[in-house]
Amino acid sequence: MLKSAGKLIKSLCIVLAIWLTNNAMAEVIHNERSLYRNILVEDNGDLRCLKFNVKSTKTRQSCFLKSQPQRLVFNYTKQLLTGLLINPEPKRILIIGLGGGTMSNTLHQLLPESYIDNVEIDKSVIKVAQQYFGYLENDQIKTYSQDGRVFVKRALLKQKEYDWIILDAFNGDYIPEHLMTKEYLEETKRLLSPQGILTANTFSSSKLYAYESATYKAVFGDYYQVSNPDNSNRIILARNNGLDENLEKKQWEVAKNNIINELATQLLAIGVDARQLYKSIESTAIHQDWPDDSPVLTDQFSPANLLNIETN
Amino acid sequence: MQEFKNSVNYSNLFIYFLAFTSGFSIMCIELLAGRILAPFFGSSVHIWGSIITVFMLSLALGYLLGGKFSTRSASLTRYGAIFIIAGMTLVPIATSSTWLMESIFLTVEDSRYGSLLASTALFFVPTIILGMLSPYSVRLLVRNSNESGQVAGKLYFVSTLGSALGTIITSFYLVLWFDINTIVVSVSLILSLLGFITIVVAKAKASLFKTKVERDIRHA
Repeated sequence: MLKSAGKLIKSLCIVLAIWLTNNAMAEVIHNERSLYRNILVEDNGDLRCLKFNVKSTKTRQSCFLKSQPQRLVFNYTKQLLTGLLINPEPKRILIIGLGGGTMSNTLHQLLPESYIDNVEIDKSVIKVAQQYFGYLENDQIKTYSQDGRVFVKRALLKQKEYDWIILDAFNGDYIPEHLMTKEYLEETKRLLSPQGILTANTFSSSKLYAYESATYKAVFGDYYQVSNPDNSNRIILARNNGLDENLEKKQWEVAKNNIINELATQLLAIGVDARQLYKSIESTAIHQDWPDDSPVLTDQFSPANLLNIETN
Repeated sequence: MQEFKNSVNYSNLFIYFLAFTSGFSIMCIELLAGRILAPFFGSSVHIWGSIITVFMLSLALGYLLGGKFSTRSASLTRYGAIFIIAGMTLVPIATSSTWLMESIFLTVEDSRYGSLLASTALFFVPTIILGMLSPYSVRLLVRNSNESGQVAGKLYFVSTLGSALGTIITSFYLVLWFDINTIVVSVSLILSLLGFITIVVAKAKASLFKTKVERDIRHA
């Protein structure tokens, strides 16, 4: 009895210690309750992070190093750049879900000629990105404070076209369910140019994984998955025209020879290893890691948040 | 005489049950409204603003109309008819919402007014009809002015309880198990069926009452 009490006190002390050090290291420099969520900007030495709803471990965040703002800190943002390996020169880019705006800044640096449209529903997030993350806006980079689905529908009416669409509207705690349905993906697919690609940051640790995978496959056919063994993110990379026949050859060549091209050099400068990226791309035609009969999410049936609670 | 009194109690229970169902249906549909509008108007706060405004407004009107309607020859038959009409007016939500929202989306650029217009078009009429049921139930249940407050209280209790259950069951389970349209059509069918049963019960009671009166007359 006494022993177990001692154990309990000991473990409580450890928890308290972890909590204290975590809090001592990170300094909250901005704290705001927006219409949609809690927004926190935290400084941790050189690292500045944008966090939504702190308490959850599932929380996605957008971080950058104040001394090297171009360097990508998080794996999933690096993984998203596999898009450039498939489609090296996207002229028009659409990013749905702004976060700290680091993706937009990085892409502008890599592709100074390209036009970037950023869509973010939460005006407070846009403000925070501008104030704390050096989010850059100019003639080529525009911000739209709008629901992602509504933006896509309006863009279709205006007959806009994008070479690369990045879906990153989920922060881990709450999923806007109308942004994960077959109908929505069909709309974004119609917004792609013939050679266009779509990358999406998706969930990989819950029951939702199979549903989401099946939904993408229903719209795009087979696609590429970019996963990283050490984190819970999976990137979906889909081409408007189906799989790239030359990719396997390219992957093989990169693995065999130490090909250094201009893109690889540029990527290395922002902390991304192009060879590693090539290696991490896997086609669902070769390896599909969800059951074939998984239900597809539609506007009629999209309990994404309920599915995300249940672990598989 | 004892037997007659019992049957009256059963019919009161039935009316409370119907009020419960109408409360359940209202919130079930209101919750689905958010899902129905999202593909065209997004899921910003103003979507819920539009939906709740329309539901509150039409319930208010429904209460007024239902109360008024109950003053002229109120009967279980008419009560049942309101249920059937409510069920029928829900059908367009499943059958015509897509083209309706599409045309509103094309004409109204601002998603605030778009969603307000769309939720009016889809939910205004059925919610008015469903709202009429509450005051009509009070009219059928109240026997004397002394118990009127208690009857109204009980009625609010069951119908609001129905609303609470309709909200939680729809959001926790129904959307996980069924398509939105399946849920809407089921609610519509259940309401219509209950309305039909109510009318049958009313007719049966009337003929029972008639035979009773005839028997009493014969005995006299």
